[in-house]
Amino acid sequence: MTAIVIAKFITGYFVLQGALLSLVAAYGVVRLPDAYTRNHAASKSATLGVISILLGVFFYFWLIEGHMNARIILGIIFVFMTAPVAGHLIMRAAYNTKVPLWEKSVQDDLEADRKKEGVKG
Amino acid sequence: MNSKIKTNDVILQTITKVVFFIIVIFSIYLFFAGHYTPGGGFVGGLMTSSAIVLLLLAYDVKTVVGILPVNYIHMAAAGLLIAVLTGVGSFFFGVPFLSHTFGHVHLPLLGDTELATAVLFDLGVYLVVIGVTLTIIQTIGETE
Repeated sequence: MTAIVIAKFITGYFVLQGALLSLVAAYGVVRLPDAYTRNHAASKSATLGVISILLGVFFYFWLIEGHMNARIILGIIFVFMTAPVAGHLIMRAAYNTKVPLWEKSVQDDLEADRKKEGVKG
Repeated sequence: MNSKIKTNDVILQTITKVVFFIIVIFSIYLFFAGHYTPGGGFVGGLMTSSAIVLLLLAYDVKTVVGILPVNYIHMAAAGLLIAVLTGVGSFFFGVPFLSHTFGHVHLPLLGDTELATAVLFDLGVYLVVIGVTLTIIQTIGETE
């Protein structure tokens, strides 16, 4: 009896944490000033949010339904590996197509290197 | 890009080397899971071809053809042939075309396993889907 209650608390905690992190990611995408900071919010906290929800689902089926589902573990590993790479590639494409930084940004090392190499823009 | 700074795809290529195997293993799982759970030849074939598309995105066409020297039109033809032959095979037992059967076999390591001849038909579907998808993508990709 108590084991079921503890399992329900664990499941609920992970699902609520994931939903809250996804909400934070959505607020970040709406409120942050330029593409790079928005991508920072979207790729980091949305990834952790999805992983938390998947962990909650895994614990629900494992502890309450008694069914260990390895596909969810594989999904967690897959999202954890690929989502940051997707964010990296999107931002590199944005930088190469000269999407401007926020005007209060203070550091752009790649820009300095490109000037030194004599590449314009 | 005619600049001195070359684009360096090391992050994409390294993660592709790992993720490719995860996708292929999951597609084989989907292929064999099709009898009792969601999955089957069509989804499995699409997922295998999506893994190869990921390779094509991370590397160029020449490298991928070097890794997987497969003529995909022949692959689609082989799949169709397998599908037709599983239908024709039912004639040898005096039953209508495309009749399927199953039996329990004791395999080493797996124990009592139910083997169905529908898997052979699914293998044909799997090969046709991979062949057609990659023929389309390679034909579009090579056009200048």
